Amino acid sequence: MVDAPTAGSNENAADAFLQGGTTLRHAPGPYFGSYGGRWMPESLIAALDELEDTFDKAKADPEFLAQLSELNKNYSGRPSLLTEAKRFSAYAGGARIFLKREDLNHTGSHKINNVLGQALLAKRMGKTRVIAETGAGQHGVASATAAALLGLECVVYMGAEDCRRQALNVARMQLLGATVVPVTNGSQTLKDAINDALRDWVANVENTHYLLGTAAGAHPFPAMVRFFHEVIGEEARAQILEQTGRLPDAVCACIGGGSNAIGIFHGFLDDPSVKIYGFEAGGDGVETGRHAATITLGRPGVLHGARSYLMQDEDGQTIESHSISAGLDYPGVGPEHSYLADIGRVTYEPITDAEAMDAFRLLCRTEGIIPAIESSHALAGALKVGQRLVEGKENPAHTIVIVNLSGRGDKDVQTAAEWFDMLDEDGNVKGTTLSTRKPKGAGTFADVNADPNADVKAQTSEDQN
Amino acid sequence: MTEQIPSKSAAAIDRAKAEGRAALIGYLPAGYPDVQATIDAGIAMARNGADLIEIGIPYSDPVMDGPVIQAATTEAIAKGFHVASVFDVVAGITAATDAAVLVMTYWNPVMRMGVDEFSRRLAEAGGAGLITPDLIPDEASEWFEASDKYGLDRVFLVAPSSSPERLAMTVAASRGFVYAVSIMGVTGARQAVSSSAEKLVADAHAAGAERVCVGLGVSNASHVREIAAYADGVIVGTALVAAIRDGGVEAVGQLTRDLSSGLSRAELSGSGVAASTVPAEKEEF
Repeated sequence: MVDAPTAGSNENAADAFLQGGTTLRHAPGPYFGSYGGRWMPESLIAALDELEDTFDKAKADPEFLAQLSELNKNYSGRPSLLTEAKRFSAYAGGARIFLKREDLNHTGSHKINNVLGQALLAKRMGKTRVIAETGAGQHGVASATAAALLGLECVVYMGAEDCRRQALNVARMQLLGATVVPVTNGSQTLKDAINDALRDWVANVENTHYLLGTAAGAHPFPAMVRFFHEVIGEEARAQILEQTGRLPDAVCACIGGGSNAIGIFHGFLDDPSVKIYGFEAGGDGVETGRHAATITLGRPGVLHGARSYLMQDEDGQTIESHSISAGLDYPGVGPEHSYLADIGRVTYEPITDAEAMDAFRLLCRTEGIIPAIESSHALAGALKVGQRLVEGKENPAHTIVIVNLSGRGDKDVQTAAEWFDMLDEDGNVKGTTLSTRKPKGAGTFADVNADPNADVKAQTSEDQN
Repeated sequence: MTEQIPSKSAAAIDRAKAEGRAALIGYLPAGYPDVQATIDAGIAMARNGADLIEIGIPYSDPVMDGPVIQAATTEAIAKGFHVASVFDVVAGITAATDAAVLVMTYWNPVMRMGVDEFSRRLAEAGGAGLITPDLIPDEASEWFEASDKYGLDRVFLVAPSSSPERLAMTVAASRGFVYAVSIMGVTGARQAVSSSAEKLVADAHAAGAERVCVGLGVSNASHVREIAAYADGVIVGTALVAAIRDGGVEAVGQLTRDLSSGLSRAELSGSGVAASTVPAEKEEF
């Protein structure tokens, strides 16, 4: 068993690893060091085998790769931009901050990269139905989108608490033809949505593909989800070389399960000069116990099919995580991240709700970009990293930091309005008659599927106010 | 199957076989509604015709369980159930009955305590072994070592979706019996027993399994009778959990007696007659 390294203590080990000529990229699974594997019911092993086989063939098939590449280009809008955040950079000690703009992808986040790949695989396997879990709703929306595009039935499991936090995304999924199932078990968030999706999969595995949204779960999911997001890091690396003529000093991303992060990290894992940082959700502060800082404070265990760092109590029961960001509110993390933490190649640190929301507002006001609250954790981390790296440097502008801006913040306007005290007692934006909240008693999430049109009308009329 | 190490589960199934019937295996989660009730209910099951008792460890993320068991285990955890209490339950039942007592657990609680320590304490409590719904032999090297060291049964699951290769591998890895999942799905009562169960049992026997028991969706004496015709044991869970929820220990005893009426392979065993004879027989052990 491997204990968590103290921050930065293993950087020499990582250097030695790199100098040994071994690559950290393209780790095929099922194991990443002692992490990963398949801690799954036997009933699902055949489906995992079929998926692994289909994926292995597809990634070596020029026709599949061309199909995926065509969709990435002409449907998602790739390559996504790399934007220098000049005014924001002033708050990072003057280090130059570049934003990898996954927020500009179709559906508003990096999630589309993975769902298009997996939906194509589902078609190859002859599956007619996809199921997905979602936290913030971004993966659910992306799954519903891919399902509509490719003519697949789609059912999305979403924690009832998350349905409340992300009502707009529930409506988006329904508009796209998906069925949203609010999950009322346990903490009613992402982990419980995954539990219910797994229960559905066991019962319907013959015609159903489980379109897992993060680089976690049983093999081949971690390696496969990473493969579909590798395009982020590959583009970012080429773009920074083109725009600045050199590699960045640091790359930053937020970590829930860790899919956007592993996607951008991948491009730089084998570049020893590039420091890599993953920012976990620190919630109210890691000392309060209300957080989702899995690697920082968790210990290895098994959840949802993989051995990885896990927030668990002394009985091995999963501890409920807490974060203002639904997309990071997960007590587990992808196994490759646990490995990269142990060998010291990536440094993982917590960012509190307050730090993330400060960075959220700062990016809005300095760059005219409303980021997802998830991505705001990476932005807050980048401010710290920038300040640290420029220390003692003559010209701070020689320090370059890339942040993966994994999603846009349209879905988070309600949460932000509450956080910044922009609402009066009735939920109206102060000083206006604009309501960001449904009228009281306008329906519960238990009947989100009852009449999708009703929700749509309510939403539209609010938007027009 | 690995048979060099004596198996309490195999012995219990063989005793039933010697009586010309399949074995009955009853499941209840530990700590629901409390630890003492689980012990009492386990004893009631054993005295009313259950040959093996399966005690579940309540777990925060039970992905193989349906709503009834989820509700029970969630309540047990909310009331403060601790994993170590499962050893008290096992010891309490084994002290009072001759039933083989297995623990059914998702893997993380075992891993957290330490596989060796968990195994040692289970053996000390008189437990027969573990049923592991989310541990496949591929990931079980630590469990192989500990179960051999402490003489515990390793009950792995096989499913209708298992390939012939995986079936053979899992049968070879198991000790005590092989748990055949009757249907693709989670625990919970169902109207009918899936036809895939009989083929799976036959395939597992053909792959070398001496004892194959069928579980998932088995909820009444008629289901038991149907499965007892071809399997070595019948596993009932959700129906018993609903019984303890609705009628306490007494209801568990009554349902067990009723279920056990379906065990006899003799065509004409009327349910009432078989039921009345079973408790007396059990008390002799």
